[in-house]
Amino acid sequence: MKKYINTGNKDTRSGFGAGLSHLGTINPKVVALCADLTGSLKMDAFAKAHPERFFQCGIAEANMIGMAAGLAIGGAIPFAGTFANFATGRVYDQIRQSVCYSETNVKIAASHAGITLGEDGATHQILEDMGLMRMLPNMVVINPCDYNQTKAATIAAAAWQGPVYLRFGRPGVPNFTPEDQVFEIGKALHLNEGSDVTVIATGHLVWEAIQAAEILEKEGISVDLLNIHTIKPLDHEAIISSAVKSGRVVCAEEHLIAGGLGEAVAGLLAREHPVPMRFVAIDDRFGQSGKPAQLMSAYGLDTAHIVAAVKEIIGVK
Amino acid sequence: MNDIHTYQKIASQVRRDILRMVTGAGSGHPGGSMSSADILTALYFKEMNVTPEGWNRAGNGHDIFFLSIGHISPIFYSVLARRGFFPISELGTFRAYGSRLQGHPSIDAALPGVHQASGSLGQGLSVAIGAALAKRLAGDNSRVFVLIGDGESQEGQIWEAAAAAVHHKVDNLIAMTDWNKQQIDGSTEEVQSLGDLTLKWNAFGWECIVADGHDFNSIFEAFDRANSLLGGGRPVMILFETEMGHGVDFMAGTHEWHGKSPSQEQCERGLAQLEETFGDY
Repeated sequence: MKKYINTGNKDTRSGFGAGLSHLGTINPKVVALCADLTGSLKMDAFAKAHPERFFQCGIAEANMIGMAAGLAIGGAIPFAGTFANFATGRVYDQIRQSVCYSETNVKIAASHAGITLGEDGATHQILEDMGLMRMLPNMVVINPCDYNQTKAATIAAAAWQGPVYLRFGRPGVPNFTPEDQVFEIGKALHLNEGSDVTVIATGHLVWEAIQAAEILEKEGISVDLLNIHTIKPLDHEAIISSAVKSGRVVCAEEHLIAGGLGEAVAGLLAREHPVPMRFVAIDDRFGQSGKPAQLMSAYGLDTAHIVAAVKEIIGVK
Repeated sequence: MNDIHTYQKIASQVRRDILRMVTGAGSGHPGGSMSSADILTALYFKEMNVTPEGWNRAGNGHDIFFLSIGHISPIFYSVLARRGFFPISELGTFRAYGSRLQGHPSIDAALPGVHQASGSLGQGLSVAIGAALAKRLAGDNSRVFVLIGDGESQEGQIWEAAAAAVHHKVDNLIAMTDWNKQQIDGSTEEVQSLGDLTLKWNAFGWECIVADGHDFNSIFEAFDRANSLLGGGRPVMILFETEMGHGVDFMAGTHEWHGKSPSQEQCERGLAQLEETFGDY
């Protein structure tokens, strides 16, 4: 199995902040909006370096999305940032009409996504955001796995013409992808060549899936491992060819089963190449307060649960 | 064109278009279209610096108009067609399958003159603020106009936007309210009182002008006053006092015709009250 080295834990939101700052210096069209969470989203550096291109919107997310749409109509490339909960569910209709249906070039920067938001609890831990955004025509949905990839994804989002939902998180997590990577929207990354089972992971679950694959390899189970950083458009070719090869698929994500990566993959494979599947995701329940790692374990989203899901699916075939 | 009578003639023709479009489609929103007809005529035939030839969605180098109350698409489409943005004959396709004249304005349909989709209420003012900020960033001195509804002003997002425009000193923006005092379920007083809109906009820090939205002298004076305030660090709101259904006696002053199409017979009765001045489509 290919070795992946954690160069030190870092939060993905800081990857976004670094990417945004980089964009600020290279592209004068990039502007940023934030709904009173500038520090949390690591947007301060951009705000300080480019005050004329930073718009503090206060706790008024609906208006922020509308302003971003208007800025985009006028030729700017706006990144509108807040917590994933307030960046999706709270403003779904604004995103639907003013961004997606209107085809405005708005980038929605959604931090603190999923259960790893931690102690604030279920009111803030959105687990259905990718589903909401995935349903919208014209929307691209990106969920990078670490700091370096989030930075690269931010830069790629600015170059993409059209709405993008960029999802990232709060806690420090292993940083293991290349610093200088080029992020290709819609292109799966093949992390390991294997033949017994396909594991498809996104976001914070990619590192957990790597750990799981290492454990499974020692037990003689060979994992074909995909990092799906773009939930939409989904890399059909990579997923189908892996499913054809292994005949079994486990999907892992920090999201509800409903609407998530697993359902997207299941929908594809049901049409193109049906195989047994398992979902390492949360089944129809809200989160609660706790430490991120504690919650990932309690809600079945860690290495151990991926290993268990793989063993189960191999047993059933 | 400076003769008030000319604008009145255009307004009569666009009101005929509204009646015929909504009757032809068998659905649509004549009431607010009629109350906004004079305002939009004044905007597109005099006030705004925009031509069909120079128009671009980004609004680079020309004034932009956003229709936040997308349901009054009949009047919007009529003035755009009469101003030459697309063929007048296309008005006959309103709400039909495959038409560029969607029930509510759409970008998907790529109709010239439309900058943004609208229909779900409350969003247009925010979008207009963003567009005005984009003009500021680009050093473009043209203006942004937006028309909202009084009923629409029950939406919370309108007041989020009201605060934001003042905070960001958006002073290249002229917002307008079609203050016709009616909405689907009844009068705005009955449905959910708006209180004193003048006081509210003033309290939010806007320059607020009240004008008669059916008197072209009053409309043009309001625009003159608004223009004199631009660049002063504050956004401008013109509250146009209007009458829902204005121009057709049985539609005027009632909520009944907010979103209902007339029968052929009712349409004929309405058309008899509106002079055909520039030829029906």
